[in-house]
Amino acid sequence: MSQKKSRGGAAAREDADELSRSPLQAVLLADSFTLKFRPITLERPKVLLPLVNVPMIDYTLSWLETEGVEEVFVFCCAHAQQVKEHLEEAGWTGKPAAREMAVMAVESHDAISAGDALRVMYGRGLINGDFVLISGDTISNMSLKEVLQEHKDRRKKDPLAVMTMIIKHSKPSILTHQTRLGNDEIVMALASETKELLYYEDRADSSHLCVTIDKDILANNPTLQLHNNMEDCYIDICSPDVLSLFTDNFDYQHLRRHFVKGLLVDDIMGYKIYTHEIHSSYAARIDNFRSYDAVSKDIIQRWTYPMVPDVLSFGNCHEMKLHRQGIYKASDVTLSHSAQIGANSVIGNATSIGEQCKISNSVIGEGCSIGKNVLIHGSYIWDNVIIEDGCKVSNSLVCDDVHLRAGAIVEPGCILSFKIKVRKNVVVPAYSKVSLLDKPSNEDSDEELEYADTNSGVTDSAPFSSTRSNADHPTILSEDDDLGASETGTSGVLGYIWASGDTGNLEEWRQSIAPIPKEKLQELQHAVSVDGDVGSEEDLNNRPFEADRDNDSEISVIEDDDYTKFEKEVEETFQRAVDGVHQDNLILEINALRLSYSLQHADCAGAVFYSIMRAALVAAQSTNDSLLKSTADALTKWKDLLRNYTKTVDEEMEILLKFEEMCQEITKEFSPLFSKILPYLYDKEIVSEDAILRWAEEKENADEPDKIFVKQSDVFIQWLKEAEEEDEDDEEEE
Amino acid sequence: MPDMQPLISDFVLKLKRRKVEGSHAVARQTAELLRSVVSQHRMGSTNQAAALADAIHAVGEHLIAANPIELAVGNTVRRVLHIIKEEDISFTAVGIEGLSVTAVSDDECDSGNDDLPTLSAAVLASHARNALRAPSLQTLLDDIPVSTALSHSSSSAGDSDGKTGDKSLKTRKLKHDVIAAIGDLIEEIDTCYDQISEQAVEHIHQNEVILTLGRSRTVKEFLYAAKEKKRSFRVFVAEGAPRYQGHVLAKELVEKGVQTTVITDSAVFAMISRVNMVIVGVHAIMANGGVIAPVGMNMVALAAQRHAVPFVVVAGSHKLCPLYPHNPEVLLNELKSPSDLLDFGEFSNCMNFSTQDGTPLLNVANPTFDYVPPKLVSLFITDTGGHSPSYMYRLISEYYSADDLVVRQKSTS
Repeated sequence: MSQKKSRGGAAAREDADELSRSPLQAVLLADSFTLKFRPITLERPKVLLPLVNVPMIDYTLSWLETEGVEEVFVFCCAHAQQVKEHLEEAGWTGKPAAREMAVMAVESHDAISAGDALRVMYGRGLINGDFVLISGDTISNMSLKEVLQEHKDRRKKDPLAVMTMIIKHSKPSILTHQTRLGNDEIVMALASETKELLYYEDRADSSHLCVTIDKDILANNPTLQLHNNMEDCYIDICSPDVLSLFTDNFDYQHLRRHFVKGLLVDDIMGYKIYTHEIHSSYAARIDNFRSYDAVSKDIIQRWTYPMVPDVLSFGNCHEMKLHRQGIYKASDVTLSHSAQIGANSVIGNATSIGEQCKISNSVIGEGCSIGKNVLIHGSYIWDNVIIEDGCKVSNSLVCDDVHLRAGAIVEPGCILSFKIKVRKNVVVPAYSKVSLLDKPSNEDSDEELEYADTNSGVTDSAPFSSTRSNADHPTILSEDDDLGASETGTSGVLGYIWASGDTGNLEEWRQSIAPIPKEKLQELQHAVSVDGDVGSEEDLNNRPFEADRDNDSEISVIEDDDYTKFEKEVEETFQRAVDGVHQDNLILEINALRLSYSLQHADCAGAVFYSIMRAALVAAQSTNDSLLKSTADALTKWKDLLRNYTKTVDEEMEILLKFEEMCQEITKEFSPLFSKILPYLYDKEIVSEDAILRWAEEKENADEPDKIFVKQSDVFIQWLKEAEEEDEDDEEEE
Repeated sequence: MPDMQPLISDFVLKLKRRKVEGSHAVARQTAELLRSVVSQHRMGSTNQAAALADAIHAVGEHLIAANPIELAVGNTVRRVLHIIKEEDISFTAVGIEGLSVTAVSDDECDSGNDDLPTLSAAVLASHARNALRAPSLQTLLDDIPVSTALSHSSSSAGDSDGKTGDKSLKTRKLKHDVIAAIGDLIEEIDTCYDQISEQAVEHIHQNEVILTLGRSRTVKEFLYAAKEKKRSFRVFVAEGAPRYQGHVLAKELVEKGVQTTVITDSAVFAMISRVNMVIVGVHAIMANGGVIAPVGMNMVALAAQRHAVPFVVVAGSHKLCPLYPHNPEVLLNELKSPSDLLDFGEFSNCMNFSTQDGTPLLNVANPTFDYVPPKLVSLFITDTGGHSPSYMYRLISEYYSADDLVVRQKSTS
């Protein structure tokens, strides 16, 4: 009943909220808190990296503005000054009258994860309603209207639905995930009807094609859908509660790995996450170099309309015109007659391209000068790059102000960071990352930081962990060189080569711009086809069940063992509470215990009830009357505590079962009093009549000795049943 | 006009983001914006008209650049420029008559009128207006019998009558008149549907079969009007892939009790032999009489020509574009998102670029518009009546002055 009241209150508050109509807010994380774009991100924040010649953050901001977001808080961390300068320059901040959307930069230098960022946001107290949580590297053209409405309606019904995640359909194949966005497959379980997210695993071990799902999820949901064909768009609609949750759980760092999984595992508070699937619109996050490549091509192929180069010209960017075959050209391009521009290319303003050049599937920035006979394929050349005659660049990323001298060859998968100079006829080997800056040997620098947690993940950081080992010996690439000795010695490239570790190359292909090499592709395909026999999509539905069954006995043993320990600790904690610890702290402690033993809510209810009864037993004298009295006292005193755990009928049932168990085994003193205490529990609203009736029903088929207590309290149950019937009669009469 | 800036940039953003679409909405909002630009404009003591025109130019250039595919923006800007010129000339004329001052207007066009100082203002104004246009047979005829010009009513309805020659009022009067004239333009844009659909009964006859493609509000109103006049006819609606607006139109027609048949776009040729007339709405009418229309229209026009079915275009005058389709500043088409055609998720495995050499095997093109050459169009029905394609350039010279055709060049020079 108390539950109902609080829900009613929440609904009323929601209504009041709507009346005052708080502006739609968004939190944009202008930092990805990962190292995947290093070494470029040492010099420029990821959100300012140009995506088809426009900084990523501009896509995100203009999408937010289109969708009617009124206030955006841009959370800057690494290179905060650069981000702020950009916002100013591009006209997002500073001109409040001209824009409907107010953009505010929030700066914090000590945040090292998304979790920290949200804690800072909470600390500033800027968010006062539902908000959109997005990172500055997300490109989308979806409509927010529908999902916002859905979220609001859901919140009205259930204040615990704190978050709505946007997901998107994609092909259910590891190959697709790997080749398109370079990330691993995500496996999620959704409740069929409500689309509630029940399970989320973004690092599913693809080699085994097997996920382990908690059996409670299966037990609690009659139907559920397992998806391995969804892409997470990393756009979330959140309630303000999300921020406070981050603050409460100060160890949450990663949005998905900690927060989402944490909420899903945690059921003390019972917070729920829902999903919203988008169909025709586009949304993707740039997580690594491969997705940078994929999203760039999606933009060129106009999936992101109207966020395409020729339609949306931002602030100081120049107009683009679309020509046949997806070639975008700015108005002021000097193009030699014999140059061939292939399909799906973008050429920025004030760029000149020399004779006999061949350019295909590439993006070339502004102010570049490209000499004769240059071959550029599948590459991203940023602004003011000089490429001299006869160079070859394929499937690489070349940052601002890079200078490639005549005849230089850049092999697939290279990253040339800012201002790198490559000498004549030098070959930059595949997958090298070259930067003027040395790799920071200490991970605690004030650049983008990866929290310690991910480093332990094997799949995720393999390329980096390997390169890190080499960090102490900055190598200067020494290739054959026409120039001979000069101030940079015999080196062909001025700068530090980052990834040259032999183990690094193994994983490098996964997330680079270069197409996946044939042999790797075959490996992947092979893996898929072998597993395909066993684990096709439909099969996947059955597998977890089997797995669970196999392990069942084992698990239960451990659980029992755990449970007695847990019960003991709860009792001790409770004892302290009797000695005067405040009740709120008690709840906190019990929750902590429950988490550390990873037990169910219902278990808690049982244990707490057990502790209360034990306390009553200790306080009482030997006579039945005094026992009854002390029990009544204890229950009155602790009923609020107990109610914390009796939110559903199942948990109430658990208490009854526990009580029964106690009477039978541990504390036989209670057994004659069962029928007297039961009505008392009912009176104090600790257990509802539903629970009691269900308990009685369940016991009907039990063995004779189990039925003792049902029989004992037969009168009371009979009375309850009659009362219910009367109620029903009353209702009918009405 | 500093306080205009937010309004303008807001509208520019809307155009850029493709939040305002459709010629009617675009034309109306542009006209409203320009009206407020004019009303906010502070008039100087000399050269008011030129200053005003420059202000409009500056704003117009932004608007046109924001969404070059919406030709209606440019049309409206040019209309407003033309209005300013007309009003200015009529004032000059008033000045000549009332105060015997020689024309001080900077406008090069009316220098030829200086030798007729004794003529009445109305005549002078009409002459000046004619002088704005390209020389034509009618203006030549007008010019010769100067004495009869008084009784000769000018081809364009004059807003210039009833001017007082008070020079002190001139400043405010010009602005006021321009605002009033823009108001008329807005009203004209608003009422174009009624004007066009009034002519419906003349074109749709009893028991005829009409074919249309997609959904156009002008066509809808046209058919409604015919239905209201108790004509009974049947309509074939080609669904208009990939947006399928034809489905919407079919629903609306059925609600009004019109016999409607929905067909796929590809079935147009199969059905055209049973059709008496094709009536379609378009995106823009070009100066040569060709039209820019939703994709699939060319095919319909070809089918109609093959079976000698009249291909009738209904369009409000705000869709009249004074440019030729070969003009470099005309953006004939826009490619929209392929997601209208294909579901991204469904095809995401075809869309990966990393398995081949970075070239996707699957490309999706989703152009919005078609161009239908003038020879395929039988008749235009605008709010001023029915015209043949070859007459379009004349109609255009009534609405626009020749030196405004390129808004951008003028302002940059």
